[in-house]
Amino acid sequence: MKIGTERVKRGMAEMQKGGVIMDVVNAEQAKIAEEAGAVAVMALERVPSDIRAAGGVARMADPRIVEEVMNAVTIPVMAKARIGHIVEARVLEAMGVDYIDESEVLTPADEEYHLNKRDYTVPFVCGCRDLGEAARRIGEGASMLRTKGEPGTGNIVEAVRHMRKVNAQVRKLVNMNADEVMTEAKLLGAPYELLLEIKELGRLPVVNFAAGGVATPADAALMMELGADGVFVGSGIFKSDNPAKFARAIVEATTHYQDYKLIAELSKELGTPMKGIEISTLAPEARMQERGW
Amino acid sequence: MQGAVREHVQAIEACGAEAVVIKKKEQLANVDGLVMPGGESTAIRRLIDKYDFMNELKEFAQAGKPMFGTCAGLILLARNVVGYDEPHIGVMDVTVERNSFGRQRESFEANLTISGIAENYNAVFIRAPHIVNAGENVEILAKHHERIVMAREGNLLGCSFHPELTEDYRITAYFIEMIKETIV
Repeated sequence: MKIGTERVKRGMAEMQKGGVIMDVVNAEQAKIAEEAGAVAVMALERVPSDIRAAGGVARMADPRIVEEVMNAVTIPVMAKARIGHIVEARVLEAMGVDYIDESEVLTPADEEYHLNKRDYTVPFVCGCRDLGEAARRIGEGASMLRTKGEPGTGNIVEAVRHMRKVNAQVRKLVNMNADEVMTEAKLLGAPYELLLEIKELGRLPVVNFAAGGVATPADAALMMELGADGVFVGSGIFKSDNPAKFARAIVEATTHYQDYKLIAELSKELGTPMKGIEISTLAPEARMQERGW
Repeated sequence: MQGAVREHVQAIEACGAEAVVIKKKEQLANVDGLVMPGGESTAIRRLIDKYDFMNELKEFAQAGKPMFGTCAGLILLARNVVGYDEPHIGVMDVTVERNSFGRQRESFEANLTISGIAENYNAVFIRAPHIVNAGENVEILAKHHERIVMAREGNLLGCSFHPELTEDYRITAYFIEMIKETIV
């Protein structure tokens, strides 16, 4: 009997496909998310838009909050650790969290190195903007990927950019001659063997969810249309007027992303979505997607 | 609707059968057997209710058409789920307990002997359920550490683990044989 194998860690993410993972800050929100059909929840102290507003250093959530959420629901619970923060990750692992997000939403603890995620029994999800970043994270042992997008903005544009970029680069790789792959690996800063594997498979070897700016059911469906395996929704749900209704609408739009009449119905009278931020108004240092290396 | 659909499609096609992804209840009339994949049972259940699948699924089982539930799919098939007043589809005479091997960090791979199907089968268990009790017409096919992890009751087949996550297609092939027997 073997625990923490690559198959077990990646397999867990495979089971989440076609689903929605929701950010929650307490047990009550976690129950609303589970009831709405979320496939997992991300336990946080603050949702990304509040982290953005609060400024300062954003760290792993208070373990009390994570524990409260774990006790409230039977679906998997994820939690965020700072990039490169070995101890935050080990603490979350020791608590029995089901998945750790090594996340740029928190202030990085290391500006050079990510976690060696192969060392852990718990699986990790990481953000990526392009195939190089995706491959480096998989190389370090990430079992699941997501677009970085631009968290806490309610603006889908960056998530779209990142999903399209990764998928276009995978297509390019698939069509390459074998003798071009090493130079591509050099240019992308990606492990060569992994690129060969992706070329052979025709896709990434782990699931890739959309994250960072999903604010409406139509946004979630758009990301599925662009090839996302599922969707993370952060600030969108519990910053809306009717979270339960909003959460259900996002789940259904994700499942039936090409049923446009249904999405029209789901989108009626959802109340005011989060206001959102135009990306060009964000100062470069306020862009969370630049964190990670 | 949610879960490891792609992997099951690959396994079915690798066994030489045709796979159809079911998203609407009307599609059920056009298939000879149904695989209920691994995923999150609470999320899949909500979608079953929302899209009014429940009666059709029960009728599918009662008509004697083969159904195969893996992990979350087994939970959906079971007549009793520990800790819940009501089952989901509730057609298979077993009691299952959710997440009974622990959380994700306790998820594991293990070698199983599956009666009449496979010896030395590498099974992947992810936050897996197990069968606590099986009715008298249920044939127990595999156990892991004395817990029942695979069983069959007539046209219904269920397992705690994920055959779709490995390239060993012996279980899918067995299920396809179950379907062929009902067609002849």
